[in-house]
Amino acid sequence: MHELAITQSMLDLVLDEANKTGAARVQRINLVLGEMSGIAGDCVQFYFDYLSKGTNAERAALSFRRIPTQARCHNCEEVFSLKEFDWSCPKCHNVSLEITAGKELYVESIEVE
Amino acid sequence: MEIKVLKDILSANDQIAERNHALLQSKNVSCINVMSSPGSGKTSLILETIRRLKGKVRIGVIEGDISSTIDAQKVSGEGVPVLQINTGGECHLDAVMVGHALDNLPLADIDLLLIENVGNLVCPGEFKLGEEKKVLILSVPEGDDKIYKYPLLFHLADAVVINKIDLLPYTKFDVEGFSKALKGINREAQIFQISCTTHQGIEDWVSWVVSGIRYPHKRTVK
Repeated sequence: MHELAITQSMLDLVLDEANKTGAARVQRINLVLGEMSGIAGDCVQFYFDYLSKGTNAERAALSFRRIPTQARCHNCEEVFSLKEFDWSCPKCHNVSLEITAGKELYVESIEVE
Repeated sequence: MEIKVLKDILSANDQIAERNHALLQSKNVSCINVMSSPGSGKTSLILETIRRLKGKVRIGVIEGDISSTIDAQKVSGEGVPVLQINTGGECHLDAVMVGHALDNLPLADIDLLLIENVGNLVCPGEFKLGEEKKVLILSVPEGDDKIYKYPLLFHLADAVVINKIDLLPYTKFDVEGFSKALKGINREAQIFQISCTTHQGIEDWVSWVVSGIRYPHKRTVK
């Protein structure tokens, strides 16, 4: 639901970075999205096509790298993916864990000409 | 040519949130961002908190809704300064909206600012506003499985308030199972069990709120 604001923010950031290098056109934007961020790529693409019209990033390709949610057990240090309705460590069954991946929401790189 | 960027998409919002935070600190105002699904009891909890702390803590409120001033009117009836933000469709408050609201609130007369976010269990999690603490309300009729479906907010919350516990006998809500899952992904989270209808558990919640106010010298109304 919050993809409009996210996309506008992403576009502003990308145009700013492209501007700094004096690039005429942004060809590709490489994004990293964690599973927990709940961002729908299709929505970002839809808003991007609309918002980028008339900017240096118009028609840039969007690439999404998805990061699954991962956790580390506080007890035995095992790193594992969170399963639906079961967030206990698969090795020692402890439930106290630290989220180590899945909250990412950043622009990794842009390709410009 | 590829250019490494490695910047958070919401870094612009985060910067403005930091500015809001600095402004609140400079005015000695503590701030809590209250989040939940629509209908979980955000406004009810804010009203209860205002009533309990009347004469002890000077509270101000920012109300976030897509439309209407219903909540602001309710809060205003308690005689505290309130500002309604209508997002006009946006599913969350952001730091810019809150920044404008701060410009229009009498911060010198406020010890504790409660921000009622737009009712939504997903989007508000990503947008920092400048708050010191995030509070998440989950009401019993919503079900204890919401933590598995929308984990981010549960992971980020400083406190989780289970509201409407007077309805526990009529549901299958498993308080123990829920608390265990919550503590698993958020060791530091405080858990409160309350009912805004029967007033059960409100005292514990209010004590926690008061203990978090960083500027006790401003607490008493002069």
